[in-house]
Parts: sequence; structure tokens; C-alpha cells
Amino acid sequence: MSAIYILWLREIKRYVRSRAQIVASLGQPLLYLLVLGFGLGPVFQKSGNGSYLQFMAPGVISMTILFTATFSGIAMLFDRQFGFLKETLVAPVPRIEVMIGRTLGGATVAVLQGTLILAVCLIAGFRPAQLSLFPLAFLFMGLIAIVFAALGTAFGSILQDMQGFQLIMNFMVLPMFFLSGALFPLNNLPRPLAIITRLDPLTYGVDALRGVLINGSHFGLALDVSLLCGIAVAFLSLGGYLFSRIQL
Amino acid sequence: MIKAQNLVKKFGDFTAVKDISFTVEGGEIFAFLGPNGAGKTTTIKMLTTLLTPTSGKIELDGLDPTIHKNEARRKFGIVFQDPSLDSEQTAYENMELHAVLYKVPRKVRAERIEQLLTLFELWERRDDYVKTFSGGMKRRLEIARGFLHTPKILFLDEPTLGLDPQTRNQLWTHVKKLNETQQTTVFLTTHYMDEADRVAHRIAIIDHGGIVAQGTSQQLKQQTNSESLEQAFLALTGASIRDESATSTDQMRQVARMWSQRR
Repeated sequence: MSAIYILWLREIKRYVRSRAQIVASLGQPLLYLLVLGFGLGPVFQKSGNGSYLQFMAPGVISMTILFTATFSGIAMLFDRQFGFLKETLVAPVPRIEVMIGRTLGGATVAVLQGTLILAVCLIAGFRPAQLSLFPLAFLFMGLIAIVFAALGTAFGSILQDMQGFQLIMNFMVLPMFFLSGALFPLNNLPRPLAIITRLDPLTYGVDALRGVLINGSHFGLALDVSLLCGIAVAFLSLGGYLFSRIQL
Repeated sequence: MIKAQNLVKKFGDFTAVKDISFTVEGGEIFAFLGPNGAGKTTTIKMLTTLLTPTSGKIELDGLDPTIHKNEARRKFGIVFQDPSLDSEQTAYENMELHAVLYKVPRKVRAERIEQLLTLFELWERRDDYVKTFSGGMKRRLEIARGFLHTPKILFLDEPTLGLDPQTRNQLWTHVKKLNETQQTTVFLTTHYMDEADRVAHRIAIIDHGGIVAQGTSQQLKQQTNSESLEQAFLALTGASIRDESATSTDQMRQVARMWSQRR
């Protein structure tokens, strides 16, 4: 247990200490939120869907968590390259504990980052529909974070160099964001797109957050929660398995 | 204490370690010498569960590290040839993290960390980030960290690379002391023949992935009719210079260096 804690703590320390990185990572979500939120707002409103800022805020929070969590796992590449990974791999600690410590650390950082964006959303004019459901938002942010931190760990365990990193960013992470319904409603989509969005784990995270923040869940919270939990278990197992097989 | 039997490691077509066998007794200091790319580090990686052998058998204190990984990892400590510190944490935090991972009892943790950081003259800099350290200081921290817990077997992979004579002296004195007082078995590699001559009870010389000679320093000198271990080494392995091909890790380090210089 103490091994999990110390490795979790390491991730938190790294996050808190890199202020420049925190500010830099806020840039992209802010662009989406402000430019798309206010730019597409009038069109969205005219089509009868209400405020685009309200609609998009849960999406942008999910996006922040997706990026931060996946990246934290893939950042294992840097530990591989600077050698610290070895130190943890020969330690007399089951590798699954090392993996869980790292993954939970990355997930916690992602939730912190998501909370920052949530705060920015509130400042920009976002208002949650029901305050009583507001605390639940953190539960779902946590679930999304664990799902993608575990996926990131799985990727980080098999990637050998930075080229693979680009591949994953462009062909896994970005599509997951764009196909999750973070930016558009899931009603009346063309059939192929509707199918693909349902295969994207982030879809259910965004949907759950919308459920608790703006009462706008498409699938229903029960389905979202059970799917997210199932995916979290699957990705944690996959990450744990691949991590335990790392050879240096 | 350490036993390798017909150990082989292949990377694709390339055979890094070709059918080597050796035994290290408990309480022995065993030096593994060889030119660059001879297979020393690959062997250590197999012994320390970082690589799975292609074939052959290994035993660490009676345990097979390819099967009982966790139990085997409890038996040894290691100082790596290349860096393995967390540069975003302070020297003290690196030591503390290691102590927790290796289950050094909380009571002795602080005391032992202070002792070792003082011994390797890093105590004054304990709260500085490792990224601000010079190469020599990083090496010293790695070595101090390696002594934090007292394993049965200690692997030292070219521990003195880039160290000044003072630190080298400090290191070997400490290794000898551990060996004498705690009966620690030491498995080391080095390019400095005088060090091996000074501390090792027995020496194996590896070249092109195979062991070419084994024995005490005295036996090796006699076998080759040489006066020094260095001469014996050259007689056994030839005088040509070896090139190691760069691994993907080396290439990434190079990219990382370019990046950090740009910033």
C-alpha cells in the first residue's frame, strides 16, 4: 500500500511543481470553451437547443480530463527514457502496485485539471442545473480520469519512442474527443456516426457529466455509470497486464 | 547465491549473451569484466528481472527470478549503469521514495538517509532538485540510494563511471565493509581493472556474449602470463575497439537532450 501511495504522491508533486505546464494545458480547453462556446452559441441557440456554453462545458471538462489522464500514462515514456522506470521495476513491489500508484496519480491530476476548467466554466457563465447533483460531477470526473489514465498506462507500456506517441495522439485521443458528443448533441446523428459515438468510452463520460450538470443525459445515468465502471475495470486490467510485461 | 546455467539472450537475430554459465558463492565479490557491448548489462538485466532470458536457468538465493519475480526482487539491490533518478524530485525525496519501495523500516529511514547522504557529501544539497545536479553528484546519489537497504545481493553495473577518485574510494570502501560485516554478495561490472583487482574475490571475463575466462585475479594473470590484470584482460579479449550500436533509448535520450537545451 505504501508503495502505491508514494508513487501516487510523486505524480501529484510533479503536477503541483510544474506551474508553467498547468497554465499551458489550460490553453486548449479555453480556446474551445471561449471561441466555440461564444462563436457557435448564436447558431446553436437559433436551432432551438438552448445555450451552447451550457451544453459544451461538460464536454470541455471531459476533454481536459481525457487529455491529461491519457498523457500522464504515456508520460511513462519519459520515465523510460530518463531511467526512473527501471528504479520502480526492480523494486520488491508487485508491478501491479506500481501500475496502480502511477495510474491513480495520473487520474488525480486529471481530476484537478478538470476542476480548474470547471471553475473557468463557472466564471465564463456556466450554471449547473441542480446544485444537489453538483458533487456527483466529481465522481464522474474521477471515473473518466481512471478510465483514460489506465488506457494511457497501457499505451505507455508498449510504446518505445516518441513517434508512437504522435500516432496515439492523432489516431486515438483526438478522435475519441471529437466522436464523444462533447461538441454536438447525440440526437439525430447519421447512422454510421451514431454507431461510432456509441463505441467511444468518452461518450458515456460526457453524457454522465451532462446528466448531473445540466440534466441532459442521453443514455441515462445508470447505463453511463455501469459502462464506465466496466470499461475502467477492463482498461485497468489491460494496463496492469501490459505493465507487468515491460522489459527494458 | 547467484547461479547462471547456459544463459542465452537473443534480440532478433543478434545474440547478446551466448550460453554462459557461472556461480557466485554467498559472501563473494564477483567482478564481471568485458569490453563495451560484450553482454554485461544484458546479463545483469536478466538476473534482475528486467529481461527474460531466451533460454537457460538462473537462480538467486535458490529462487528462479523468471518465475518468482517479487520474491527474487526482495533479495537484491542494484546500482544501474545509466541514470535512474527522478530528476523532478529532490535528493531527499528520491532517497525516501526508494526507502518506501524497499520497505526500509520507518524508524531507521531518516537516520540512514542522513548517514548515506553525508557519506557521499550530498547532505547540504538534499533539498535541491536532482535536475540541478552535476553528473558526478547524480552518480553519487544513485550509489547512496543503492546502499539504503541492505540486500543479500548487490548488483553494481559500472558504478564508478565518471566518478572522481575520492568517491570511487569511498564507494569501494563501503562495498568492502558491507561485504565483510553483512556478508553481502556483490556482483559488479567495471572498466577499471585496478578496481576489480582490488575488491573482487573472483573475476569472469566476457567477450562477444561468451565467458572467455574465470578465476581469481592471480589465476587470470598466470593463465595469460601477464603482470597486471589489465594485460591479462587485453590478452584475453584482444586490442580492437568495440562499438555499441545505439538503442532506441539512446536515441530518445539524444532527442530529450536537444529539447532541454532548446528551452
